[in-house]
Formats: sequence, structure tokens, C-alpha cells
Amino acid sequence: MAFTTMVGARIRRREDPRLITGRATYVDDVRQVGTVYAAFVRSPYGRAKITSIDTAQAKSDPHVLAVYTGEDLHHAHNLKASLPVAHKMPDLKTPPHYVLALDEVRVVGEAVAIVVADSPYTARDAAEKVVVEYEQLPAVVDVEKAAAGPPYVHESLGTNVAFTMPFSAGDPDKAFAEADVTIKQRIVNQRVAPVPIEPRSMVASYDAGMQQLTLYSATQIPHLLRTQLAIVLGLPENKIRAIAPEVGGGFGAKLNVYAEEVVVSWVAMQLERPVKYIETRSECFQAMIHGRDQIDDLEVAAKSDGTITALRLKITANMGAYHQLLTPVVPTLTMLMAHGCYKFENIQAEVVGVFTNTMSTDAYRGAGRPEATFFIERAIDMVAQRLKLDPVDVRRKNFIASSAFPHTTATGLTYDSGDYETTMDKALAIIDYAGLRKQQEELRKQGRYLGIGISTYVEVCGMGPSAAMPAAGWDSATIRVEPTGSITVLTGVSPHGQGQETTFAQIVADELGVPIDHVSVIHGDTDKVQYGVGTFGSRGTAVGGAALKLAIDTIQAKAVKIAAHQWEANPDDVEYRDGKMQVKGDPSKSMTTAEAGFLAFMGDKLPPGLEPGLDATRRFEPPNFVFPFGTHICVVEVDAQSGEVKFVKYLAVDDCGRLINPMIAEGQIHGGIAQGLSQALFEEVVYDANGQLLTGTLMDYAIPHAEQVPHYELDHTVTPTTVNPLGIKGIGEAGTIGSTPAVANAVIDALAPFGVVHIDMPLKPEKLWAAMQAVPSNGSVR
Amino acid sequence: MQIDLTVNGKQTFIEAEPRLLLVHALRDSLNLTGTHVGCDTSSCGACTVLLDGVSVKSCTVFAVQASGHEVTTIEGIGTADSLHPMQEAFWTAHGLQCGYCTTGMIVSAVDLLKRNPDPSDDEIRAGLEGNLCRCTGYENIVKAVRAAGAAMRAGDPRHSVNELMPIHPPTVEPPPSGEAIIPQQLQEAKV
Repeated sequence: MAFTTMVGARIRRREDPRLITGRATYVDDVRQVGTVYAAFVRSPYGRAKITSIDTAQAKSDPHVLAVYTGEDLHHAHNLKASLPVAHKMPDLKTPPHYVLALDEVRVVGEAVAIVVADSPYTARDAAEKVVVEYEQLPAVVDVEKAAAGPPYVHESLGTNVAFTMPFSAGDPDKAFAEADVTIKQRIVNQRVAPVPIEPRSMVASYDAGMQQLTLYSATQIPHLLRTQLAIVLGLPENKIRAIAPEVGGGFGAKLNVYAEEVVVSWVAMQLERPVKYIETRSECFQAMIHGRDQIDDLEVAAKSDGTITALRLKITANMGAYHQLLTPVVPTLTMLMAHGCYKFENIQAEVVGVFTNTMSTDAYRGAGRPEATFFIERAIDMVAQRLKLDPVDVRRKNFIASSAFPHTTATGLTYDSGDYETTMDKALAIIDYAGLRKQQEELRKQGRYLGIGISTYVEVCGMGPSAAMPAAGWDSATIRVEPTGSITVLTGVSPHGQGQETTFAQIVADELGVPIDHVSVIHGDTDKVQYGVGTFGSRGTAVGGAALKLAIDTIQAKAVKIAAHQWEANPDDVEYRDGKMQVKGDPSKSMTTAEAGFLAFMGDKLPPGLEPGLDATRRFEPPNFVFPFGTHICVVEVDAQSGEVKFVKYLAVDDCGRLINPMIAEGQIHGGIAQGLSQALFEEVVYDANGQLLTGTLMDYAIPHAEQVPHYELDHTVTPTTVNPLGIKGIGEAGTIGSTPAVANAVIDALAPFGVVHIDMPLKPEKLWAAMQAVPSNGSVR
Repeated sequence: MQIDLTVNGKQTFIEAEPRLLLVHALRDSLNLTGTHVGCDTSSCGACTVLLDGVSVKSCTVFAVQASGHEVTTIEGIGTADSLHPMQEAFWTAHGLQCGYCTTGMIVSAVDLLKRNPDPSDDEIRAGLEGNLCRCTGYENIVKAVRAAGAAMRAGDPRHSVNELMPIHPPTVEPPPSGEAIIPQQLQEAKV
């Protein structure tokens, strides 16, 4: 019998029965006696002075329990009401970020007051009775105008530039001077909205007797949230319990500490009633973090054979009006990953973070890496186009060789393992690349425009070594073998769709030799689970799973001692085999983990000096990030009459090392691809010049329907990593990172006969149609 | 006012102010929290339920409009011990991740198969255009609906498509498109 029976198996998820039957408990499903309901009064202006707030009418409403403004909170005892930003930049400007606006609002949707009433309906009615008078001020939305001068989002700073970070390696000037060709392109990576289908949701309650605050929140980081609540509210951390129950999607947007979470908690303490706040979708578009929003000014130096020699890069990142938790970190990740999977040594870069009167940008699925992958993969295609080379050949020429790992890039990251060429070759063979190019040529003669887009990405994830993280980068796991043999796992990561209740149970079932149904995986409650950092940056299994493996090792080591004592054997001679302990080479006697757990509980048959109980808590500190990679190939046809993009094929060949449950890994890739292709074609958050949000509902902001996305064909290669004991890399964000450039490259490739070099996303039909009005070259007809 | 809802086969009477949305009546008055709210523009479909056997977005129906009618929510589609083939298929095909859109998606898909028991993949994608999912990229949802269709056509002893059909036809005639349904109770309430 193989030792591994569960790991690698496509088993159905153990979390699903409650989800498919409507029996799961999301935050809005939490029922507590005496609950009251909050509504926020929000700024309708991009920038304005608050001249007065009249709460009298709202307060006189018999349904209303309380109304609080920024003044009320600011003067409240103990409330250090400014939100945290995690960073390691010495010169970062960190203007105050009050949980309710004080004198000035700087973004549409900024919370100005909170109203608490006896039902969600009456709360919203009453919020409309709060009369706020504003004096509108000139807003700045355009990031380059903001970088250049006034008006200033934070007048006291005298600038909108939050930070600049220059970087240089090698001799880029020399490389540019010696280049056969140089390419210069400005690439706008537009602002997008994360749109988890469950909006931000929270319910806070306060037990005045125990002086205990409990906050249920739709969060990816219950422990970090608890820590920050303690700091902002001035409470002892051991008197706060944060719970992430079922969470309806996060995508990075719930990796944060939001003003509303602080305010609702504080109000629950004032009223000593549970206070629930579920934002509307419109509020979610206004006040949940946005993603991307960079202008990447790019210059590439290359030799005539396609070898890339140098990159010059200026990243102008729109921070929004305030820092949220990781706002300044995201564009620095873009700079670090500017190499992609290519080996050039010369790079000159600068990151400029700029405040504007828009919602904060922060970590959205991929967080900085999609931007890097987008410009480097577009750059490769532009080099190929200029030199009339096949984009596959240019990639091949510049890949870091599989023999060169670990490989340290000029920006200072050490890629753990990789085999980019094998993955690309596999993808090319599956999709019959040569055949596709032939088909493309023939169709062009008929006035039909097929485009083939390739993206060979590498990304940095498994966040990450603590030394390289803005806060801790480790994670934790506890395993308890209960007296009757079932196994409880407490994980410090906080899954919200990623399926670790299943994958972690698969690992434990194999390693400790128990039926998977005997394993229960608990997460997301700071009073149940030891401190954990949370789920983001594709770290759940790469870091949390690694901690689990360490805990398994500790359990096994102790169980072996217990078994050896029973058998009067030397512990060194006892081993786990097929999930059971036995004396090496002697299968006649065996002991299960459950049996050892029972002996450990009874306590009377243990070797001298061994503590009773069979449990372990371990933490894994990753020595490095992990670097999954892959090749995505997208084939589209662009209609010359309408500019409409039709998917013909989508293939992804990814490599995230060893797979625990391929079905779940594929699901992550599917969803990632959908989000990435949607940025390429559909999505864009738009503010007008006054900072008014024009895409504030799902009627105005396009996330794709089933009809708008293709069937995804998947395959994979396996290149393990030695960064963690499971040999795995994260896969949560790879799909998003790989797909956006694959789709954009395909669309722009389709338009190559019209002399198109680059079009900024989203690649909407009107832009494509306009570009196709040029006279086609290459013998194509319209 | 008091309204009369038959939910998952059980008749119940609840107090409802005229503006109360059906989704809130189900969630807050009847504690059927499997029906979710994901938007405020009838775009996402997380709140989909069957009203007299036909899928509706329960955020776009006033509770009073449903008075005297039959509502089937996800809780009435199947339980963990007795899954509907559609639930079984979503589970087997990994047609869900965070699960938030899933309950509405399953209800919509049940309705879709009732109208078209053997849909092509394109028909499934078109048929689910009222339901948004941000996690799965729809790939495994399409797969699940296809599999459920096959299972249901093959015949399942516990669950047939008919089981979820309305016991009696709707008593309110569907309005000409573009016109709002104003049931008697709501009109009275407005006066």
C-alpha cells in the first residue's frame, strides 16, 4: 500500500455540504439577541470641508439608539482613531487616517457618521436624516497631475507624493547605449475593484462583565485584525476576540483593517448591544480597497537577436486618499518582480506612490505582481514585433535556464526553482502553436483576425520570510490527538474558499494514518486558534501547510516514543509506515496514532519523563518566498466590424510544485484566470475629475458572467521547492497574474496587421474597432 | 401587515411592512439564511429563490408580493443527508469555492434544467447570466450543471425535476415586461 493515499487525490471538499445546502454561517447569518443595526453616513464628494453636521433629526427618530460623528470618536477616551499601515519604508508619509472623517473628506464614500437603529431599514432611513454641510474643494484624481503639484490631498504634507523608491543594478546606461533596438512604452494598469460577492460584513458585541469585545468580521486576517483593534481602540489584546466565520470571498480586499470595523466595535462597547453592519454593494465599491492603478513607463534595450539587456522603469502608483494596511507595499512588489522569468542584469527603476482623492489601492489578487508580469510580458511581445521575431523565440532566448536555480535576480530576489522552457514547450505542444500561426495567417487573408497571446509568468508568493514582510511572515498549526482518537487541527491561516479544511485533512490523514473523516480543521477564531498571520499572498498551504507538517513531525516523534515504550523497543527502531507505527522490519506489531493518543491521555503507560497528552503547536518561518510559474496561451478572434473579442481557446500550464488536491488547485487557477482576463477586457474603476465614482454599482462595473469567459484547458508540470517541507508553491494568485497579459497579448497580436503596438486595458470593443480602422498590412484584407 | 408565505412546503404567517423585501423576510423573519444578498441592483443573483417554482431574485420581490405563494429556498432544495442532484453535482465538480453565490446559483440552475433538461454548455452559460460568481471562473459550475442534467435525466429515485415544480400555477399573472407588479396589499398600504 502506498503511504500517500489522500495527498494528491481529487477528493470532494469537506466544507461543501454546509455551503451547498445553505447551512453555512457567514457574518450576516450570525444571530445575537438584542442586535442593533448600523448605517454609515458617507461623503458624496471627492474632497470637501465638513462645515457642520446636524444629527438632531436622526437622534429624535424613535428607532435610533445613537448617532456618532468623527468629533465624538476623536474625543472619546482611549480611542486612538487612526488606522494602521504596515510598511518598512523610512520616508513614507503617513497622514492620519481617522475612522470617521474629522474636518475634511478626501474620497467619495469616506465615513462621516454612524447611525445605529433597531433594524437595518430604520438605520438607513435615519442615516438620511443626518444633515452634513460640505464646502466642496478641488479634488485631484489624475495620478500624474497629483504628483506634479497642488491641490494636495493632505494639505499639511505640501505634496501628494507619499514616497519614492529608486533602484539601480548593473549598468543600464551602457546597455541602452549599446542596444540594437530600444522600445519605449507607457502602460496604464487600470484600477479595478475586487468585488467579492459577500461585501464587508461585521457584527461586534461587548460583554461588559467580562470586558470582552467580540468582532465577527468577513476578514482574511482575524489575528492581525485583533492586534490592530487592540492598538486603535486601546484595549488589552486578550480582551478581544475576532472571528472570521464563513467568508464569502476576499481576493485581498479583506486583508485589511477597515474604519468600519473599528467604529462598529467601539459603538458596541458604548451601547453594550451587538451592532451589525453589512455594507451595500454601492458602499463596497466606494469604501473597500481597489487594486492595481499604476502607470508603468517602460524602456527596454535589446539586441537584434531578441536578447533583452536592460530595463528602465518608472512606476507611478495611485495610492488613493489614505494608506490602508498594505497600500505602499503593493507597487514595491511590482518593482521587485520586474524581471519576470528573464535573466537581464541591468535595471533602473523608480517607484513613486502618490495620493489622490480616490479610494485606497491595496492588495488585490496578485498585488503588484500582475502589474509587473503585464508590462514585462507586453515588453517581450513588443520586442518580438519590432524585430519580426516569434514571441516564443524571444522568451526562449531570455529565460533563466532551469540549471540556474536558485537564481538571484538583479532586484535581489532569489527564485527557488523553475523550469520555464519545459512548461512553455508543453503548452505549445498541447495547443499546436505552429498550426495556430498557420491558421492565423490564412484567416487574415479572409479578413478575420485571430490573435495568439502568450504569457510566461513567474510570481513571488508564499508570503513570506518575516524579514521581508511588513509584519510577521510565519504561520502556525496545532494538532491535538483527542482521547477517543479523532484529530483536531487548529490552523493560523484563515481560508475563505481555498479549501484547507480538506487539503490539511488530506495531509494529516496520510501522515498520521487516520481516516480523513476523523480530522477536523478549525480556523478563523482567535479564542480557539493560536496566533496565525492569515490567508493572503498565496501562503495558506505554502506557509500554514508547512507549519502543519512540522506539527505532524512533533506528534509522530512523541507517538513513536509511546509505542517504543509499550514494546520495550528503542524509539530509534520504531517508525511510521503506511500511517502506523511498527518496529523497523517487523510488521507483526503495530500501533496507530489514535492508540498512542489514548495512551498519552491515560498517562499511566508513558515512558518516564514524557508529558501526558499528544498534541503539538508549531510555527513555520519560511526561509524564502516561493516562485510558481507557468505558461498561459490565449487565442482570440477580434471582429473587424464590431471590435468584439471572442475567445477561441484558453490554455494554462502551471507549475506550483507538489499538488495536495489537484481539483482544488485547478479551481484556484480557473478563478484566477477569470479575474485576470476580466481586467484585460472588461473591468475599470472610473472616477470623474471631481473624484465622483462613476462605477459604483454592478450595473456600471463589469465583472464577467458565465457567457463572457471561455472554457479553460489546464495542464501542469511539477517542479518542487525546497523552501518548505511540503515542496509546494502557492497557486491562489498565479492564474490572475498569468492571464491578463496572455489575453492582452492575444488581442494586440490579432490587431498586428493594423500596426498596433499597444492598447491600454480594458480592451473594449470601441478601442479595438477604432484601431482597426487603419489600413491593414501584411497582405491582410479588411 | 400579516402575510402568508408557504416556504419550503410549510405555510407561515409573518409581519411585513410593505417595503420589506422577500429576501429579508426569508432571512430575518424565517431565519432561512442560506439565501444571500450580494448587491443592491438585482445584478448578482445570490438571492435567487423559486417563487411558485420559477426562479426570482428575492431582493427584487416585496415580501407582500409573495403572500399566498410558494417559495422554495436553498434549504428546501435539499439537505446534507438528502442532497438534490444539483447540489451533489456542485460538490462533485468543485463548482464552488467561497460558497456565497452558490446557493443562488444552485437554485437558478435547478430552474434552468426545468426549462431545458439537456442544455449545451453555451446554453448553461447563457442560462446562468443572472448569477455572478467571483471565485470559480464558472468552469466547474458549467460542469456541475451538465452533470446534474445527466443525473436527473437518468432519473433519481428521490429527486426528479417535477418535484420542484409548482404545486399550483402562479395566481398573479406575469405583468407585461417593464411594468411593476403591484399586488393588492401593496396598493392598499400605499393609500
